[in-house]
Amino acid sequence: MTAAGPATGHVSAAELAAAAVADVLADLADLHSRGQRAVVVDSPPGAGKSALVVRAAAELASAGQPVMVVAQTNGQVDDLVDRLATAARGMAIGRISGQEYQPVPRVTRHAGVSVAHRVRDLAGCPVMVGTAAKWATVGDGSWPWAIIDEAYQMRSDMLLRIAGRFDRGLFVGDPGQLDPFSTVEIDRWTGLTWDPMQSAVAVLLRNNSDLAVRRLPVSWRLPDSAAPVIAEAFYPFTGFLAGTGPGERRLELATRALGTGPVDEAVQTAAASGWALYELPARQTVRTDGDAVAACVALAGRFLERGAIAYSEQAPGGTPLTAGRIAIGTAHRDQARAVREALPPGLDGITADTANRLQGREYDVVIVLHPLSGRRDATAFHLEAGRLCVLTSRHRHACVVVARAGIPELLDAHPSTEQVHLNVPAKFPDGWEANQAVMAHLERLRVRAL
Amino acid sequence: MTTLTSLARAQAVATGMAQPVCTVRHVHVSDRPLVLIPLALAGEANAPLAAMVGDDPLAGRLLVVSQPRNRDRRFAFAAEFADIVVSYIEGYYSSVQTVPGGRGQEDRTRFADAPQVLVPNPACIGFVRLLGRSTRFRRPSGEYAVDPAVPVLGRWLSFLAERAEHPGSCLLLAATDAVALHWASGQSPVEDLNLAALMGWVSPPAGMTGAEAAAAGEDPVTWPPAGPATDPTFDNEVLARLIAACDLPDDDARARNRAESALQAALAAQVAPTWRLMWQAIGLLRGMPPGSRVAARWDADKDAFTSYAGYLRDDGPPQPRRDSAVAAARRLNWLERAQASYAAQRAFDDSLVMAEYRLSGEAFAGTVTAAEPDRLDSSGKRRKLRPLITVVTEDSPRIDQGATLVSPSRPSQQARVISVSAAPVQPVPAARRPLAVVLELAGGMGRALTPESGSVPEPGEWLCYTTLTDSYQPQGSFPDRAETPWTHGGPPPDYVPADEDASEAWS
Repeated sequence: MTAAGPATGHVSAAELAAAAVADVLADLADLHSRGQRAVVVDSPPGAGKSALVVRAAAELASAGQPVMVVAQTNGQVDDLVDRLATAARGMAIGRISGQEYQPVPRVTRHAGVSVAHRVRDLAGCPVMVGTAAKWATVGDGSWPWAIIDEAYQMRSDMLLRIAGRFDRGLFVGDPGQLDPFSTVEIDRWTGLTWDPMQSAVAVLLRNNSDLAVRRLPVSWRLPDSAAPVIAEAFYPFTGFLAGTGPGERRLELATRALGTGPVDEAVQTAAASGWALYELPARQTVRTDGDAVAACVALAGRFLERGAIAYSEQAPGGTPLTAGRIAIGTAHRDQARAVREALPPGLDGITADTANRLQGREYDVVIVLHPLSGRRDATAFHLEAGRLCVLTSRHRHACVVVARAGIPELLDAHPSTEQVHLNVPAKFPDGWEANQAVMAHLERLRVRAL
Repeated sequence: MTTLTSLARAQAVATGMAQPVCTVRHVHVSDRPLVLIPLALAGEANAPLAAMVGDDPLAGRLLVVSQPRNRDRRFAFAAEFADIVVSYIEGYYSSVQTVPGGRGQEDRTRFADAPQVLVPNPACIGFVRLLGRSTRFRRPSGEYAVDPAVPVLGRWLSFLAERAEHPGSCLLLAATDAVALHWASGQSPVEDLNLAALMGWVSPPAGMTGAEAAAAGEDPVTWPPAGPATDPTFDNEVLARLIAACDLPDDDARARNRAESALQAALAAQVAPTWRLMWQAIGLLRGMPPGSRVAARWDADKDAFTSYAGYLRDDGPPQPRRDSAVAAARRLNWLERAQASYAAQRAFDDSLVMAEYRLSGEAFAGTVTAAEPDRLDSSGKRRKLRPLITVVTEDSPRIDQGATLVSPSRPSQQARVISVSAAPVQPVPAARRPLAVVLELAGGMGRALTPESGSVPEPGEWLCYTTLTDSYQPQGSFPDRAETPWTHGGPPPDYVPADEDASEAWS
């Protein structure tokens, strides 16, 4: 990153991050001698997870060890292929895909990348990249190494299907994000160490308790204003630092508002402090709360109307905020759809999607429709820590949370009532507590809508 | 809860009557179901106290355990219970049917019908599961020998309870689930677990609204709990005294008989109202026309029943207490496929269920405005018949270009989305701007390059298209049990039946 930072904080953050990556690579090199078969790397939001995957794949491949790289979606695979091909020019990369897949330009523009449906058509590629679902259909062959990206989002039954293909594995993922889910609700496997509903990493660690778990200590995405809040709420025992120091990321509004309204006030608060809570009057609403949807769209639009300019270590001279760099995040698909339908023609470049689909994405400004807004109850789904964590950790500059008033009271009225099961390790952070922590921070940056 | 069921519940509150959320029945109801109302003793893990069981509304049998804390009496109860349940199940061995094998497979036979056990609520399914678990490992010889029927009962109960996890299966059903699937009451889903309250909403007695009947249904004196838990006041004031009276020493046989009859009478009064409600619920469900895909799902139940009967005949070991890593993953895969198929079948059968998907954007309905039935795709080596149709809809589908859709009325024909655009402005102002969806059709039109008549929708036809699919989904590939990978603890040891199998921390 930038070399000319202040002597404290920033430089040491970069050094810390480099040391952590070096540790992981050293682990991979001497894993065999320690009699272990896997390394797990926990990564907070935007901590260079993909960069680590790319680097590890390139190093292993150049040391003559074929690697299978596993990601969860075709989009993630394409991103990895693109980054790998850029980082390791000249290396042959195989992109293994399903029958339906249409190669995208960011894959086909690299000469070293071949795309095929079958492994034998990719013979000679030291690195092969594919989705977990595709790898599960590969019936034979064996790789000395596998790198599994977003391993906390992969279900353990998927790991069971691909684990026979590799000897040793590097599992990389963010433990704070959403757990994988199933369309069936059933508790017959609760407490088993191989519960297929758990994430791949949870099962791996329960069956191999001696494995080393490494951590990436620095988030390059989250600004200095967000890292401590997110770390305290969602990574209470491990924490992480922001890669940039105070004032290094700024969001400035080029124009002044005529008069003042709550929307402008929220936009200014977010630009100045990195966060704002735009609070609508308390009310129980249907999931697609029309007022809240309109508020999300108005806030997003106002950032653009006010000519927001983002100053960061990547663009010290500032770049104007564009619609493509703004996202509106929701809990449910119908809410995302309502937001998308409400976006006026000029703003249709804004991404509106659910927490599940925003995982792994990055924007300059994110507007969050709070999962508990307007609700009468707080269910496990809406309390899930991972959901709020994904929504509030996608931004490089500012995050505005839109919510009906009364969420702390709702939380107080609905403490977690999940059953406690034998043989199930307690999961931290608790969603209820994480929600309270985020609300406690936002309380101070609250703007009341009229 | 979806918008439509929320609305139906709100309407139920406003009108005081449960609102139908289905137009057809989605569960199979047997001509001769076995109704089972189990009661358990409070404070003991799954200790049977009584069971009312029978396939005739006028001739239910009440079995009572006079001292549920006594293990011998529990298993004596299990033997008596097995006699009824196993003979009911084995009654279905008598008649078989032949299923023609498609695509070069041989014909096979299966039992012509299958047993159906109905219990009041999901907690009773849990009771069946645990009773199965506590009996299936027992043995008819050796220490603590039990009646030979007991382990057979255990296996059948375990089979039924496992099958109840399978979406769309009707071998073991909870009445509250079956009723709540078809009606929205004006109370919460938790309150719907009370059969008396739910039935109050759905069919209140004359002169009462559903809300009043539901409130009356919560009085444990007139409507004792439907099991397996009993009413705590009944436990304290009636049951405790009667059970203590049954605990008399053997020499006073007359006093004990008297006490046992009193206990029997008290428990009969506890289950009698639920027994009537169960048959009322069955009558209610029978009164609805069945969905067209219900029979096919029941056929799958018959196959499962036939297959397990064969397994028992071959002396297969009892179901393991826990699934191994591979078995768990396989089962989850199987359940998820069944869930998707069940959801699609219900929507295909029922326009009111489909309306939920139309609201959520996973389906749309509209009128065919244009059709090119003879269009050929000659981009490949061989020309293929690929008609185009345009459907104009006022729904707001959330469907991507290139997605494959199916229409419930033409399930064998796939429709690929070519484009979605705003339809030309209609002469009649519509609430929202209609969309024109252009679809490319494949399949279900015969083998020639001109479609069979009626196989391509014609302009003016009203059609529904959805992303839901009921087509065959291949099973995932899983390693063999002996190749369970290191990430999941390695291969498990082979199962060797042992006496300790039957011991439980709670039994």
